[in-house]
Amino acid sequence: MKARVHVMLKDGVLDPQGEAVKHALHGMGFDGVGGVRQGKVIELDLEDGTGEDAVREMCEKLLANTVIESYSIEMA
Amino acid sequence: MKAAVIVFPGSNCDRDLAEGFRKAGLDVQMVWHKDTALPSGIDIVGIPGGFSFGDYLRCGAIAANSPICHEVKAHAERGGYAIGICNGFQVLTETKILPGALLRNANLKYICRTVGLDVAESQSVFTQGYEVGETIRIPIAHHDGNYTADAATLDALEAEDRVAFRYTDNPNGSDRDIAGILSSNRRVLGMMPHPERACDPAQGNEDGARLFAHLTAALAEA
Repeated sequence: MKARVHVMLKDGVLDPQGEAVKHALHGMGFDGVGGVRQGKVIELDLEDGTGEDAVREMCEKLLANTVIESYSIEMA
Repeated sequence: MKAAVIVFPGSNCDRDLAEGFRKAGLDVQMVWHKDTALPSGIDIVGIPGGFSFGDYLRCGAIAANSPICHEVKAHAERGGYAIGICNGFQVLTETKILPGALLRNANLKYICRTVGLDVAESQSVFTQGYEVGETIRIPIAHHDGNYTADAATLDALEAEDRVAFRYTDNPNGSDRDIAGILSSNRRVLGMMPHPERACDPAQGNEDGARLFAHLTAALAEA
């Protein structure tokens, strides 16, 4: 089984990389882009029976820094 | 007086930090990240700059979960002294020994130059050799030095006089120009600038040497 973890900077935390991507898109003529936030996706190959609780613990302890980042978990 | 300098794969300021401690008169022992105990009788732990574990995931995140960092955390919780510089500051925030986090520089650029720092307090073993309001010059070299914390944390740091250094001309977007902060017991300092790169006439600047000299004197009295 797999889990997919999405890690994003929290709302209100300035994302300078997202801002740079937005400026680049505007420069290319994509004027309809109001905002860009850049995050990361972490895919985990898990042994059967590994629950979402364990993945949440991984997020809290390592995969995300909850001071600045939020995360969401998709179990597949 | 004895100092331990932690070495991670990718640390690159460990020997400079050891030299800064030695020039101030401390005996230094290098400690590998896989070690499960600090040497006995250690007076201060130094966490050096560099790119521990290649900055993978987040700067300092993997180092913060290494075996020795559990010991560093226990050392700090016992009231032990520690200093984290640059990547070492990032490690201290990732271990939650110090509050806040270091984000990518606001201009997205790696910045390597000497900057002005205002000394914001002088009530710690690290800063008592400086005058509050004095401006010193210390090199920075980082891509992720943009200090951030929520407003309540920033207010508390200021109310408790725990901002040690502020940039005179904020290079990286740090909240409230913060370049270095202290723990609540004032025994742990995290800072992005590199005092160990300003310790010798050959480095063209000795403003950082005073930090190590006064630190050593204070530890001898402690």
